[in-house]
Amino acid sequence: MSRVLLYRLAHARSGDKGDTVNVGVIARRPEFFPFLRETLTVDRVRKHFAGMVEGEVERFELPNLDALNFLLHGALGGGGTVSLMTDAQGKTFSTALLRMEVDVPSELTALLEGAHG
Amino acid sequence: MTIRIASGQGFWGDLLSAPVEQVRRGPIDYLMLDYLAEVTMSILQKQRSRDPAQGYARDFVPLMGQILGDCVEKGIRVVANAGGVSPDACRDGVLAEARKAGLTGRAKVGVVSGDDILHRLGELVERGHELRNMDDGRPLSEILDRVQSANAYIGARPIVEALDKGATVVITGRSTDTALTYAPMIHAFGWARDDWDRIACGVVAGHINECGAQASGGNSLIEWERFDELGLSDVGFPIIEASADGSFVVTKHEGTGGRITPAILKEQIVYEMGDPREYITPDVIADFTTIRLEEVGADRVRVHGIAGRPNTDKLKVSISYGAGWKAVGTLVYAWPQAVEKARAADRVLRERMDRMGFAFDEVRTEFVGWNSAHGPLAGPPPPDLPEVELRIAVRGPERSAVEAFSREIAPLVLTGPPTVTGFAGGRPRVQEVVAYWPALIDRTEIEPNLRVEVTQA
Repeated sequence: MSRVLLYRLAHARSGDKGDTVNVGVIARRPEFFPFLRETLTVDRVRKHFAGMVEGEVERFELPNLDALNFLLHGALGGGGTVSLMTDAQGKTFSTALLRMEVDVPSELTALLEGAHG
Repeated sequence: MTIRIASGQGFWGDLLSAPVEQVRRGPIDYLMLDYLAEVTMSILQKQRSRDPAQGYARDFVPLMGQILGDCVEKGIRVVANAGGVSPDACRDGVLAEARKAGLTGRAKVGVVSGDDILHRLGELVERGHELRNMDDGRPLSEILDRVQSANAYIGARPIVEALDKGATVVITGRSTDTALTYAPMIHAFGWARDDWDRIACGVVAGHINECGAQASGGNSLIEWERFDELGLSDVGFPIIEASADGSFVVTKHEGTGGRITPAILKEQIVYEMGDPREYITPDVIADFTTIRLEEVGADRVRVHGIAGRPNTDKLKVSISYGAGWKAVGTLVYAWPQAVEKARAADRVLRERMDRMGFAFDEVRTEFVGWNSAHGPLAGPPPPDLPEVELRIAVRGPERSAVEAFSREIAPLVLTGPPTVTGFAGGRPRVQEVVAYWPALIDRTEIEPNLRVEVTQA
């Protein structure tokens, strides 16, 4: 077991729909997907974004793409042109999620490459 | 038989050279250009209210002047939602460019209109359409007097009709972004209205094409450190090579930069996604959990297997309305104690505004260089930060209060904390806040009013 940044296991892209941010998280290798599915629970993601997301967190699975999709409601200060945030379109929530530190079993750490972490 | 549908523009303001390169650097059959975002419609509506000859994506007309000759020569047809709220005016501009380019009698321009329901809103509400906000359930009547634009998202069928009638260029108003890509497939392959699986394939192709280079290596986290080596300065925009069975290959022109790989396509597929099992469009509901990706060559990824379900009897309506005023002021504080100085300036400014009695709906402070992107996840400010930008934004119902705020930024230079700079741009610009109101409407209220016209240059 070793503690690494989620960034080493996954890549991601985020965007907006009104006041909601979506973060699509994709396993960098198919072997990582079951671990992500187990680790990135709604509860864990909600706690990670404490202070940034006011509403509910929803999660959807795309096993065909080794991906999870999170909807973070009430995350953009009203969204669109109402929002006063620099990141009013939620473009950087992708790496905000990938900052998470996770405990990875040793059979997976052997597969980690040099990505930051 | 396959057809090649090239992406030329991911939003209004995207790389101007991209559509030109798509036409000139290799074979394509169709060029799609996406110009419209939610906020764009209200900007265009304002331009039209000042001048009825405006209200469309202005870049599109000179672009057509530049490439229409090549398109006619090579048999390439163009589909663009450049019409905004004035598709007829946009058409007139393109016809003039076509004649100027010596294409009289050799090009046809099609226009799709009827999506604009601004002038019908009062009547629709009177007849009992509440047009409730999809996010919070409020009826439209609450903000009806502040509405600035209202457009129904329309699907591929009117575009297909224009292509069937021989249009070289098809100009639409608020067509969905994805329809610009799959309308040519329906036209070329003659898919039936209830051929749900194939149309769903087209929707996925459209979703990949609609953000331009985001599907070919731009804005991607995959090995971004190799950015220079991957030739992103000459990035090739994506091209969909579609087959009659719905499957398609995503590729790009040979010799261009960037790359097409399954990982990069996955990033684009999840972009702006809601429930992946229900990607709702006017023509079909696509299930993104059925997408299969397969690398079949260098910069070639095959996409297939997508399942679709019947479309619904509603269309989405995008309504924009005036919701107050805002301004953003910035100042840069330098070492030492940059963050502490910026915080002190923020306190001073807020106290002055309180004393002057300004009422705002929201005042937001960010420190660019520390926490403006990741907020609390950025942790405490790094010790000894060389510099930081203080960014204060306000929003409120009264324009005069926001203007008064904008006059309070510069005085901080001589009356606030030291080693401050970055004020040369003048007072912050006061902008109108245009809010977005998504709603649903019965399809039967919109589709009988859609109009397709094709005019010879």
